[in-house]
Amino acid sequence: MAAVQNSSTHPEDNLVQKGIKEGIFAGVIAFGLFLLYIGVVTEQNIHNELVYRFRWFALAVFVIIAAVGRFLVVTVGQPWLAARKADAKNKVADSGESALKKALPKLALVFLLAYPMLAVGLAGPQGSLKYVDNFGIQILIYVMLGWGLNIVVGLAGLLDLGYVAFYAVGAYSYALLSTYFGLSFWVLLPLSGILAAFWGMILGFPVLRLRGDYLAIVTLAFGEIIRLVLINWSDVTKGTFGISSIPKATLFGIKFDASKDGFAALMGLAPSSAYYKIFLFYLILALCLLTAYVTIRLRRMPIGRAWEALREDEIACRALGINTVTTKLTAFAIGAMFGGFAGSFFAARQGFVSPDSFIFMESAIILAIVVLGGMGSLGGIAVAALVMIGGTELLREMEFLKVIFGPDFTPELYRMLLFGAAMVLVMLFKPRGFVGSREPTAFLRERKAVSGSFTKEGHG
Amino acid sequence: MTSETLLKVTGVETYYGNIRALSGVDVEVKQGEIACLIGANGAGKSTLMMTICGSPQARKGQVVFDGKDITRLPTHEIARLRIAQSPEGRRIFPRMTVYENLQMGASLDNLKYFNEDVKRIFKLFPRLEERQQQRGGTLSGGEQQMLSIGRALMARPKLLLLDEPSLGLAPLISKQIFEAIKELNKTEGLTVFLVEQNAFAALRLSDRAYVMVNGNVTMSGTGKELLANPEVRAAYLEGGRH
Repeated sequence: MAAVQNSSTHPEDNLVQKGIKEGIFAGVIAFGLFLLYIGVVTEQNIHNELVYRFRWFALAVFVIIAAVGRFLVVTVGQPWLAARKADAKNKVADSGESALKKALPKLALVFLLAYPMLAVGLAGPQGSLKYVDNFGIQILIYVMLGWGLNIVVGLAGLLDLGYVAFYAVGAYSYALLSTYFGLSFWVLLPLSGILAAFWGMILGFPVLRLRGDYLAIVTLAFGEIIRLVLINWSDVTKGTFGISSIPKATLFGIKFDASKDGFAALMGLAPSSAYYKIFLFYLILALCLLTAYVTIRLRRMPIGRAWEALREDEIACRALGINTVTTKLTAFAIGAMFGGFAGSFFAARQGFVSPDSFIFMESAIILAIVVLGGMGSLGGIAVAALVMIGGTELLREMEFLKVIFGPDFTPELYRMLLFGAAMVLVMLFKPRGFVGSREPTAFLRERKAVSGSFTKEGHG
Repeated sequence: MTSETLLKVTGVETYYGNIRALSGVDVEVKQGEIACLIGANGAGKSTLMMTICGSPQARKGQVVFDGKDITRLPTHEIARLRIAQSPEGRRIFPRMTVYENLQMGASLDNLKYFNEDVKRIFKLFPRLEERQQQRGGTLSGGEQQMLSIGRALMARPKLLLLDEPSLGLAPLISKQIFEAIKELNKTEGLTVFLVEQNAFAALRLSDRAYVMVNGNVTMSGTGKELLANPEVRAAYLEGGRH
C-alpha cells in the first residue's frame, strides 16, 4: 500500500523539487548576468562626474521573473509540451480545428467591420481615436503593404528590399498632385497606383537577369535612390521639410471638417475628428480587401501560377513557354501598384509627408512581416502585421514599466530589440513563418469518378 | 521510315564563356521517330539539348525546327513552337502540387485542352493520379521523372526532348519510363529526342542514334547498328549493362 502511494505521488514531488532547484539556479544566473546591466546605472551629475547608483528593485524583478519563469517551465511547460507531443502522435485528423480555421477569415472581417463602432461605443468618439487610428489604421496599412510585397516576394520569389520606394511614390504622387493641381483623392488614388506600377516596371527592367542576393542589393539601392531624390529635389518636394497641409480625402465630395457642409454637420453629429478617422479606417479596410481579392484571384489565373512557378524554377518556366520577362515585370508592377495605393492613403491620412517616412527600416519591417507571416500566405501576413505593428503601439502604452525602470524609461525604444528577439524565435520554431504551408490553387473535381474510370480500363 | 526532317542541327558551336562545349555538331531527327544521343559525362549532350532550346544560344551553326530557323529565338518562343523538354534534373516545381505542375505544362494553350490531356497523362502514369494533390518536392525520384515528362506532354509537343530520364532511378522504374516513351511514340506518333547515359536501354529504343565525344558527334546510325558496333560496345555497353 505504502509502496503504491509512494510511486504515484513520486513524479509530482520530483517535478516540484526539480522546478524549485532549477528556478533557484536560474535566479542565481540571472542575478549574475543582470547585476551590472540592470542593477547598476551610471549617470552624470551636475559637476559632470560619472556617478553610479543601484537599482535593486529592477534587478529583483528580473531575477524573480527568471526564477519563477524557469520554475513554471519545468513544472508546467515541459510536461504540457510532452503531453502534446504524445497527443499529436495519437491524433489522426482534427476536423473541428480546420472548420474553425475556415471560419476565421469571416470572423476577422466581421470584427474589423464592427471595430470602429466598438471603439466608439467603449471609449467615446474622442477616446476611440487612439484605437481606430493608432491600432486599426496603422496595422491595416502594414497589412496592405505586406500583401502588396507578398506578390513580389511571396508569389514571384523576387526578393525586394526597396519596396518602400513605391510607398513613397504613391505618397508623393498624392501629396504633390493634390497640393499643386488640386486633384481630388479619388482621382489620385488610382493614379498613384498607376505611377507606382510604372516605377515598378522601371525598377524591373534592369534587374530582370538578377536573382536572390544580387536582386536584393539592387532593389535596396533603388529604394535609397528614390528617397535621396525626394530629399534633394527640393524645388518640387521641399526636401527634408516635407509637404504639409495635404488635402484630406472626401466621401462623395463631403468634407470631414467642422464647416457647415462638413460630414458632422450634415449628419447632425457633434463635430469630432473621430469621423474622419473612422472613414479612413473603412477606406484602408476596403483597400486591404481589394488587395486580398486581387491576390487570391491572380493566384488562380495563368499569371499567378506563372509567378509561383517562376519562384520555384525559372529555367523550367522558360522551357514551358512562359515569358519570364513579362511575368517578372507584371509582378513588380502589380506589387508596386498596391504599395502606391497604400502610399496615397498614407499621405491623405497624415496630411504630411517627408522622406523620413520612407527609410530603409520601413522596407525591412514590411519584408519582416511577409517573412514572419509565411511567404505567400495572406492570413499569416495579417497576423504578423498585427503582432509587429500592434506590438509597437502596445509598447507605447506600457506605462507600468516605468515603475520598474524609473520615469525616464521609454519602452518603444526597445522595439527593435524585441523585433529581433521575436524574429529569431519565430525563425527557430516556425522557419516558414506563422502559416508556412502553401495552399494549392487547383483541384481535380470528381476525383473519384475519374479514377474509377481508369480502374475499369485496367490502368489503376 | 522515310518521313520528313523535324529537327535539323547543323554545325552548331556553343560556348560557356570562352569554353567551347560543342564544336560543330550535326544532328537530325525525323518526324515520328525516337532519336537518342549517348556519350560520357561532359561530352556535351545536355548542352546540345539546351542549345536546341536556346539557352545558351549557339554561337555558330543553325538549328532548324519544322522548317523554321530557331537558332536565335528566345527559349519561351521556342517552347511555343511545341518543343517540350523534360530537362536534366527534372526541374519540377517542388512546392506546387502534381496537379498544378501539370497545369503549368498546359499554359501554352491556356488550359484549353487541360482536362482531356490530364486524363491522358494519368492513364500513362497512374502513379501521378494517386499523388495529384501531393507537392512535387515530396515525390520519389521516379515519380518526379514521370511528372516532368507528363508536364512536358501537357504542352502537346511536336518534339519531346528528354534529358537523362533514367538518371538516379531504380532499374525497374527506369524500365517503366522507357516503356512509357515507347508507347507514346507508337500510339501517338510523338517524336522523341533522348539524351542518355544508359546506352543499352536508349539504343534499343531508338530508330536513330548519335554518339557524342568531347563536343563532337563521332558516330551515328540506327539504334541497332550502334548496339552491334564493337567500338560503341567497348566504350558504353560492356560492363555497364543495366
